[in-house]
Amino acid sequence: MKQEYLARAIVVTLLVLVLALPVIGKTLWRLQNPTVLEMRARLPESGGWSPSTITVRSGQLLTLRLTSEDVVHGFAIGKLDQPEIEILPGEFVETTLILSTPGKYVFYCTRWCGPNHWRMRGVINVIGDGPTPTPEPTPLYLGLEIDLDAPHQAEVIPDRVVEPQRGSKLQDRLPSYTLEQATYLSNSPASLWMRLRAEPSLRDLNDDDLWDLVAWVWEQHTSAQEIVAAQELYAENCAACHGETGKGDGVMMRDLPPPAPDNHTPAHNERTRPPDWSEPRQLLGASPALLAGKITRGGMGTGMPYWGPIFTPEQIDALVAYLYRFAWNALSKETPAHP
Amino acid sequence: MATTELTRSSRIYSLLHSRWPQFVLRALTLAGFIFTILSGLWGSRVGSHNFAIIFVWIAWWSALKLFFIPLGGRTWCSICPIPLPGEWLQNKGILRSRGAQTQPGKRWPRFWRNTWLPVFGFVLVGWFGAVILTSPQATAFVLLGLFLLATVLSLIYERRAFCRYVCPIGGFTGLYARLAPPIVQVMQPSLCAIHTPKTCYEVCPWGQYPPALKTSANCGLCMECLRACPHENISLNLRPWGAELPSAAKLGLDDIFLALTMLTTAAIDTVIFLGHWGVFKSAAYTVGSPAWGIFAASFLLITLGIMPAFYTLVVWIAQRMRKERFSFKRSLAYYGPILLPLGLMSWMAFTLAFASTKSSYLLPVLSDPLGWGWNLLGLTNRVPTGQTSSFSLSLQTLLLAGGAMSAVETARKLSRSKRESMPLLAFIASYAWIMMWLLLG
Repeated sequence: MKQEYLARAIVVTLLVLVLALPVIGKTLWRLQNPTVLEMRARLPESGGWSPSTITVRSGQLLTLRLTSEDVVHGFAIGKLDQPEIEILPGEFVETTLILSTPGKYVFYCTRWCGPNHWRMRGVINVIGDGPTPTPEPTPLYLGLEIDLDAPHQAEVIPDRVVEPQRGSKLQDRLPSYTLEQATYLSNSPASLWMRLRAEPSLRDLNDDDLWDLVAWVWEQHTSAQEIVAAQELYAENCAACHGETGKGDGVMMRDLPPPAPDNHTPAHNERTRPPDWSEPRQLLGASPALLAGKITRGGMGTGMPYWGPIFTPEQIDALVAYLYRFAWNALSKETPAHP
Repeated sequence: MATTELTRSSRIYSLLHSRWPQFVLRALTLAGFIFTILSGLWGSRVGSHNFAIIFVWIAWWSALKLFFIPLGGRTWCSICPIPLPGEWLQNKGILRSRGAQTQPGKRWPRFWRNTWLPVFGFVLVGWFGAVILTSPQATAFVLLGLFLLATVLSLIYERRAFCRYVCPIGGFTGLYARLAPPIVQVMQPSLCAIHTPKTCYEVCPWGQYPPALKTSANCGLCMECLRACPHENISLNLRPWGAELPSAAKLGLDDIFLALTMLTTAAIDTVIFLGHWGVFKSAAYTVGSPAWGIFAASFLLITLGIMPAFYTLVVWIAQRMRKERFSFKRSLAYYGPILLPLGLMSWMAFTLAFASTKSSYLLPVLSDPLGWGWNLLGLTNRVPTGQTSSFSLSLQTLLLAGGAMSAVETARKLSRSKRESMPLLAFIASYAWIMMWLLLG
């Protein structure tokens, strides 16, 4: 009978040991790393970030230990100039942050992890003392009372390829308001063209000359550097839906039906592709303020994410300038070149 | 080759006679089993970083298919942790054999005294295999389910009803144990004939009567009979590999169906886990999707329809070529032994291919069993992707060829004429060719 009790004791001891092993291990690890916060990444439909809300005092060291439980994800914090972190399934990667300005910081997945990738976001609330955060400027579309959800097809579009360098030769003919920032932001290329067409002083210029002037004006509000940065942003964050060439045929969307040509909001909640920007009427009827508003707010009854908490205003302006290229470049393909 | 009497060595006899060596192994496997379930439930959801996936489906599964079954038959059953708590509860003790204190249980229903339930279990595992083999939680739930089922059945039915008639692993282990060397035999049958009571039968958890044992199919090699025999008349012997061929005593239609299921699943698993066709793998993985529905239906069609139909056709032709006429049912069982070496060697070849590409996960997962980022042994790092070596490919070829040759030899012995053996040889050659193409092509 003694042997029986010994055998039972061995079984119980082994089982207790086995049950205790994970608990002891986890407790010891936490004691050794008290300031490390473990954060798990899963596909949004499986829970997204866990935890998805973190509260930390300003200036306090925050060490995140990131791991993915399914596919490759990426971690970045909106509006902060920090490199993104790749999170591989089952691997652990640590990053240390010090956020000294109180406020709300949105972190997000930077990899196209799945169809709901853009939902994969979380918030770091930084509380306590510190420099007062710079208030965000009110988006221009609100000041201008632009209805982001209204159709904005261009009434007129160029008949041929626009040539800004030709426009530059005529720049002296332009009224002074055309080069003002406010004019650029609040007018679509088509509406500026119509304003110029109505100018008595420009009656001698033909329609193509005016389009060249408009294209030249649009070029004055961006730089090659901004366009390169915007191109990178677009490739990372927009192309999966809007497509590499802006046709709305990105990998996440190409199986959906195309949108109604004049109605931005899909009928019967049916999901559609984003608009085809290689169709010039789509973009040449939109003002930079309207496009910036769409990027900032998202929505429009579509799956368009809101990028306001993630992109800086400068990044959004650069993106807007980059988007018009889809329309200008499409003209060069579809319209015969000017002789 | 003659039979070797292992227990002639007094050391081996003592090792088998004492309960302690077996108990220590059982206690360790039970602890490992519980840890595996905990790891599956609590650990990382990423299979490659979880002990439950790596140790169950790579280490244990490979060891079972490559060593335990082909060399030891049901040796794993003798230390398997799944039925232990149930058996201990039945016997009201850990180191006790069946006896007066043993809880009398019901007899297992006659209708289910066969391998149909293991076949059903194995088909279920095949349906959900891609998920079970990659999801630690699914693995944990499957193990937990088997554990609870074994325990509950032990409390209702006598002896190891679960192991003999329900366990999907036990089903094919018993089938292929017919080929393995170990067998329990009595030294002097005359001594047993006059000995009463039949203590060896009374203590046997598997309900076997050693003097009548002609096959290792249903002997769990637990050695209770050896411990109970007052005359030390029971021995553990090693016979030549495949000694039960070609007759493979008492193969029933259920065994034939299980053997055919094993052949089919070896081929399907090769396509899913090792094939170049991602579409099949993703279909098998997305349980509940229309693609999975097509996969499950195809799986069922091939397993329950095409393969049995092909075998039936082959047997029908072979039977027509034979002058001596059996009933068709008997013919189906008669030619069944050809399926055993073919199936076992195909599973071994598949397992070897699977294990050789995945074995690099073993050491890192020991260092971090729960996938929580520990580094207990300093081995946690990125796992290099396993490569199929030319050695592994050669070994797979040898195994498939060996299985086919053994099946051909069995077919030749079972047939009275070349004409009779031709359809059987065609069956063997076509299956071996498909497996060769899937694994090596």
